[in-house]
Amino acid sequence: MSIFSTKKSWINLTIWVLIIALIIAAPSLLPVFRLNLLGRYLSLAIVALGVDLIWGFTGMLSLGQGIFFALGGYCAAMFLQLNSAGEFPNGIPEFFGLYGVEKLPFFWEPFKSSIFTLISIWLLPAIIAGLLGYLVFRNRIKGVYFSILTQAALLVFFNFFNGQQKLINGTNGLKTDVTQLFGQMVGSEIMQRWFFWISAILVILAWFFARWIVRDRFGNILIGIRDDEARVRFTGYNPVMFKTIIFSIAGGLAGISGALYTVQSGIVSPQFMTVPFSIEMVIWVAVGGRGTLLGAILGAVLINYAKSLVSEALPASWMFIQGGLFILVVTALPEGVLGWIRKGGLKKLLFLIGINKKLETYPSLEVNEQGEVKS
Amino acid sequence: MNYPLLELKQISVNFEGFLALRDLNLVLNNGDLRAVIGPNGAGKTTFLDVITGKVAPTKGDVIFKEKSLIGQKEFRIARKGIGRKFQSPRIFENLSVQENLALSISRPKTPFSLLINSLKVQHLDQIQHLMSIVNLQSKANIRAGALSHGQKQWLEIAMLVGQDPDLLLVDEPVAGLTDEETDLTADLLKSLAGDHTVLVIDHDMEFIRRLDCPVSVLHQGHVLKEGSMSDIQKDPLVIEVYLGKPEEEEE
Repeated sequence: MSIFSTKKSWINLTIWVLIIALIIAAPSLLPVFRLNLLGRYLSLAIVALGVDLIWGFTGMLSLGQGIFFALGGYCAAMFLQLNSAGEFPNGIPEFFGLYGVEKLPFFWEPFKSSIFTLISIWLLPAIIAGLLGYLVFRNRIKGVYFSILTQAALLVFFNFFNGQQKLINGTNGLKTDVTQLFGQMVGSEIMQRWFFWISAILVILAWFFARWIVRDRFGNILIGIRDDEARVRFTGYNPVMFKTIIFSIAGGLAGISGALYTVQSGIVSPQFMTVPFSIEMVIWVAVGGRGTLLGAILGAVLINYAKSLVSEALPASWMFIQGGLFILVVTALPEGVLGWIRKGGLKKLLFLIGINKKLETYPSLEVNEQGEVKS
Repeated sequence: MNYPLLELKQISVNFEGFLALRDLNLVLNNGDLRAVIGPNGAGKTTFLDVITGKVAPTKGDVIFKEKSLIGQKEFRIARKGIGRKFQSPRIFENLSVQENLALSISRPKTPFSLLINSLKVQHLDQIQHLMSIVNLQSKANIRAGALSHGQKQWLEIAMLVGQDPDLLLVDEPVAGLTDEETDLTADLLKSLAGDHTVLVIDHDMEFIRRLDCPVSVLHQGHVLKEGSMSDIQKDPLVIEVYLGKPEEEEE
């Protein structure tokens, strides 16, 4: 047993060394364009982790994670716009001039502070998710009604942000790639390299954080809420608090994700709050594997990478592939690719196509010296 | 303590014109073991729903430890010391036996405490003890969903005991159990009475007789008769509504 566990820890160590080496070396291995894409997809993995916590573990299918994702992005973009607004008239971001706004709207003021911004990127979405969640969960709205409600909330936010030109540049969004940070253009190669590294590290930290949350009884209560909420209640737990907390955590993760995505794609706009984008987040988790955490990360990164490769080769075909992938997962792999592998699906497949000959159907029986089977 | 643990006063429940319970009165003292029987639709489960806060009564009051439970949330009532076992076993199927029990014994039941604290040795001992009561030690790490029906019933009872409630409400604990399992369950419930107050609802007359405790007969939403099993079986009214011919029953 001890040999096995030391062997296992060696494998673990090797994997981690490899991952860290790859992260450090990625900028020299990948062209700038690909590196930037990978960085963006890594940041999307963080929002997917949140989706896995609320959907995979707690069973709440939110179709409105785009709200919190976009809020994080707007927080980051507002700070960057203000940080480089000095040369514009009135010392406020350029777009205000288009609408004749001369004074900075009040809610922009605190985003002059970098510390406030770094906190608000995750805290603001977390608070809004907590408030929204508390009201919904307190009234025992769940299942498909919860999904519809979150989607409706998403549309409300989308329409609000889309229409407010004078406050946040409406449908045009806020650009970040031409803004300044530490005396560098945010869109410059060196800044993008740093954002890639920050994204990669934050994905790992977010993964550890999510694992820490679900490691023990707290995670078990989440699973309990998913499987039988009434039982949780009659055991003396208040499901409303647990659901509010986990929804709020998922919102915070979405905010971090949105901020990282914004600085790497160069713009935040109400497009982050469209219905298809929030549904895609769910698809990444469904394909990767619900309730596995690692599946959410792999799903987000690999599906998005596939999306960009496929779209380059065969434009317009991606939607069909994504739809097909979702149907495949729902019908054949209900636990996602990772869940399927963990349950030994790969071995079965290898056997079916004749590569793997040995198939253990029964557990081996212990036999004593007389050749009798021990019971 | 000279006040009753639980007192139901004139409880009525009206489901859109259908009276599920009608002026129901019931008193349970500390350490009592009480059986409640009644034909289908007599309101047995509704009456547990009222005590545990799932259904609000149209009229009447539920007094537990001298305080009214009306209007309280289910989880608060559970924390006050009322545990409930459901008719069909309801356990967390995707968690192991041990994890199920860990959730039931955890205290305080706040999110923060569950997140920060890990289980202590005394908790693990308590889980072992609970598993030994219901003979599930060998299944500690098995997914609860993979247990047999009887084992699920027992796991739920063990979870109930783990909550350490003053009052255990047990709804049809022997449905679908073998005779042997039924006997063991009866012994288990009898051993729990005394330290706890136990209220059992069931159809199985042999099981109720084995419990050897006062019986309340529920009929059309109110208590028709209270008394020992033998008294009940002689009562012509009870025979008429529920028991059928006494000769066959006694055999």
